Amino acid sequence: MEKQTVIELRNITKRFGASVIANNNVSMDVKRGEILSVLGENGCGKTTLMNMLAGIYYPDEGKIIINGEEASIRSPKDAFRYNIGMIHQHFKLVDVFTAAENIVLGTGEGEKYDLKSAKTRILAMSEKYGFHIDLDKKVHEMSVSEKQTVEIIKVLYRGADVLILDEPTAVLTPQEITRLFDVLRAMREDGKSVLIITHKLNEVMEISDRVAVLRKGEHIATVNTADTTEKELADMMVGQKVTLNIDRPLPVDPELRLSVESLTLIGTEGKPVLDGISFGAYGGEILGIAGIAGSGQRELLESIAGLHHLESGTVTYFNPKKDKPITFYHKSYERVMELAHEGMLRYADGRDFTGKDEYGKSLSKKTVKALVNAGEIFFKEDEVINLREKTPLQIRELGVRFSFVPEDRLGMGLVGNMDITDNMMLRSYRRGKSVFVDRKAPEELANEIIASLQVVTPDTHTPVRRLSGGNVQKVLVGREIAAGPKVLMAAYPVRGLDINSSYTIYNLLTEQKKSGVAVVFVGEDLDVLLALCDRIMVIAGGKVMGTVDARTAKKEEIGLMMTGAAPAES
Amino acid sequence: MEKQPSGMENVTSYAQEKDKKEPLFRLIKRDVLPKRKIVLIYAIAIVASLLLSSVICSLFSSKNPVAFFVALFDGALGSSRRIWLLLQDTALLLGVAVALVPAFKMKFWNLGGNGQILVGALAAISCMFYLGGKMPDALLIPLMVVASILAGAVWGVLPAIFKALFGTNESLFTLMLNYIAAGLVSMFITIWVKSGSGVLVPIEHGNFPELFGSKYLLTVLVFFALAALMYVYLKYTKHGYEIAVVGDSPNTAKYIGIDVKRVIIRTMIISGALAGVVGLFLAGNIHHTVSTATANNMGFTAIMATWLAAFNPLVMMGTCFFIIFISRGMVEVRGSFNFTNDSIANIVIGLVYFCVIACSFFITYKVVFRKSGARVAKRNRTKGEER
Repeated sequence: MEKQTVIELRNITKRFGASVIANNNVSMDVKRGEILSVLGENGCGKTTLMNMLAGIYYPDEGKIIINGEEASIRSPKDAFRYNIGMIHQHFKLVDVFTAAENIVLGTGEGEKYDLKSAKTRILAMSEKYGFHIDLDKKVHEMSVSEKQTVEIIKVLYRGADVLILDEPTAVLTPQEITRLFDVLRAMREDGKSVLIITHKLNEVMEISDRVAVLRKGEHIATVNTADTTEKELADMMVGQKVTLNIDRPLPVDPELRLSVESLTLIGTEGKPVLDGISFGAYGGEILGIAGIAGSGQRELLESIAGLHHLESGTVTYFNPKKDKPITFYHKSYERVMELAHEGMLRYADGRDFTGKDEYGKSLSKKTVKALVNAGEIFFKEDEVINLREKTPLQIRELGVRFSFVPEDRLGMGLVGNMDITDNMMLRSYRRGKSVFVDRKAPEELANEIIASLQVVTPDTHTPVRRLSGGNVQKVLVGREIAAGPKVLMAAYPVRGLDINSSYTIYNLLTEQKKSGVAVVFVGEDLDVLLALCDRIMVIAGGKVMGTVDARTAKKEEIGLMMTGAAPAES
Repeated sequence: MEKQPSGMENVTSYAQEKDKKEPLFRLIKRDVLPKRKIVLIYAIAIVASLLLSSVICSLFSSKNPVAFFVALFDGALGSSRRIWLLLQDTALLLGVAVALVPAFKMKFWNLGGNGQILVGALAAISCMFYLGGKMPDALLIPLMVVASILAGAVWGVLPAIFKALFGTNESLFTLMLNYIAAGLVSMFITIWVKSGSGVLVPIEHGNFPELFGSKYLLTVLVFFALAALMYVYLKYTKHGYEIAVVGDSPNTAKYIGIDVKRVIIRTMIISGALAGVVGLFLAGNIHHTVSTATANNMGFTAIMATWLAAFNPLVMMGTCFFIIFISRGMVEVRGSFNFTNDSIANIVIGLVYFCVIACSFFITYKVVFRKSGARVAKRNRTKGEER
């Protein structure tokens, strides 16, 4: 049976500035009572296209036909008049209001504000579609999944028949995704049209009736899900044949590089954000950290990097230095003397080096420097460095080769208004005694990274905020890897990246692992975690729920641990 | 669509509003404009605002718009003394802008320029008042220099310390310090001036020497040089780099191990000290006295100069010149147009500022108007399809 067409897009074009064409001559349609996936890589214009239906943008060319009539959607309010509602990726809710207050907010012009009858209506609706919601709960007390539910109800309450969801599963656990999909199916049965913006192929296959594939702003095809395969969709999406396998060699002689013991961090609200976390990261392996967004992943990495004042616990770094010469490349003179006094160093012939001559007189700075530079001084044992309560600068001065790719690339990690060269300099600008900065080496590094990671940028002098998400991430990851780390921590390094960029990042991490770096990878996509990592540590509510072998673990098992329900036996 | 309970009528009635099909105008964000075009847009704004001003002024007097321009240029450039005063005032304003710019670049909103200038001037005058005549000027002047710089630095660092350690809002803090500085000046004048006139007569000791027979040249050279130095400091030194990182992304600064508190305090010492230097010149080289109005509100006017110049000290030379040019020119316009009070002059200055600031909107956005009438729009659309 042919379903009725609700929305028709005819030759829609949208430009930003003169050079960016977000959507080029896109024509597609939405049918009544179907779930339509809008699939495409990041930056392919799927969100822009949907924003035009939701009244956020207005198309430059082309027309939108709703129920057979040409429509002009100039604002989200207009969109609701056409019964179109959009659930954005970043929720637009008032934190201090309850669920019910958020839902009725802005509706019913001229009507009396009647929360009670509104609640009755909301409850009836929830029952119909199978929502679980506490209407009196304040938004700031809600989990991400609950907030999303509120957003969906908000849109339905306004009478939407066409719902657009922008990347709805990005922040949900597998269980929550299942529940969401049940709700979406219930809506489809009720005759609503659901559009899901996504780049996750497995979900497309699971939920949708049809798939519209966009690539670089153009509509490639709309196909029936039943008639296609993941592989075919991926090829359409990327435009070239892609391999979806991540190379995962077995770890070679893993050595403990970083040890975290019962680390506890109290958040700004006085509650523990991290609660007695212990784990070890080994050189030559990738340790994945899985958890629902906001379970303490970010704080954990930031704590290790020295950005928080810890309540208790230790962070220890093992520097594999036994029988290796000490150098000034990563150690300051002061640190060398400290190690000498601790009895950690020896001469090449085995005598202790204590920084004093045989008469017990301190050696001059010049002599010590000469000895170290000549490679005469060696470590007796591996160096053990306590990182607790050290600032990032102190950690670096101790010679700890730590790299950290934070979650918020432009808010922490890079400076958006600075160009690529200046961002390269962040790690190295202090070098040398001159009061002036040296931009030559950073510039070379910038060019190197642009070439090796294929960063798309006009030149090294473009502010990084003007690059696309994937290129920003390449700049950041490139810089952190260029520092030659022994421990590399990366929080959501592929968030917002397209398939090709994501695989570039996965390969870079695997390369680092192969060269003996201890990689800590915080991820959100369980399929990727399972394919990329060697071990996966699951945390929930700031606690370690267990660590599993990524080669044997099941997705459902991890999903369950993420909810904090059942710790694994291992 | 029988099952649609509500909303449907809305849709149809709405769709009938044919002429409202497309919004009247839309804003489209531009790509980065080439520098030449940006300069052109500013030039158009300035000329347009002056033309408008000339019309307004001639409406309120018997003179014609051309006379406005004659008077404007006469006021600013009419004699060699006027030219020197124009340059001197530009230099002073530039000095304040140079003082403010490192703080602003760090997103530390130093609204305390006036106070920092005043304490700098007060410190210099104190030296002149208490030590003048008791030691040679060759000794007194260096002492004044040190005193002014220290006083300005203290006035700058106070809010910085509170911001760095307790997260206090720097705008309010610096603003309040302006009043305290003015209060201090009044207090000292009351102590010093026994006659009760409240006016400190110019002190003859510790006056800066003339340079090549000009009493203006030193001021001009010092502050233009400071502006050039500030440009180098912000662009090429490690300090300048740290200021930019802290200003743009405090979290990145923390992440990379920059001591944010230290940078804030260090930068505000520099900012305050430089404002103190302006106070020094006002006291030692220009007025030889101090009053609560000595700062002449430059602490605020300079904010304008720094923003218009997008925090570039070299461009600030131009914006300061422009601001002083207009305000000095308007003094003459006011005289020759027989305006009995400041209001119209202020309106004109406000109008010019408004146009200059507003035009930055057109640098960021392009305004696209609806093609007149739905029919034209339709025709264009069909054309598009044919293509």
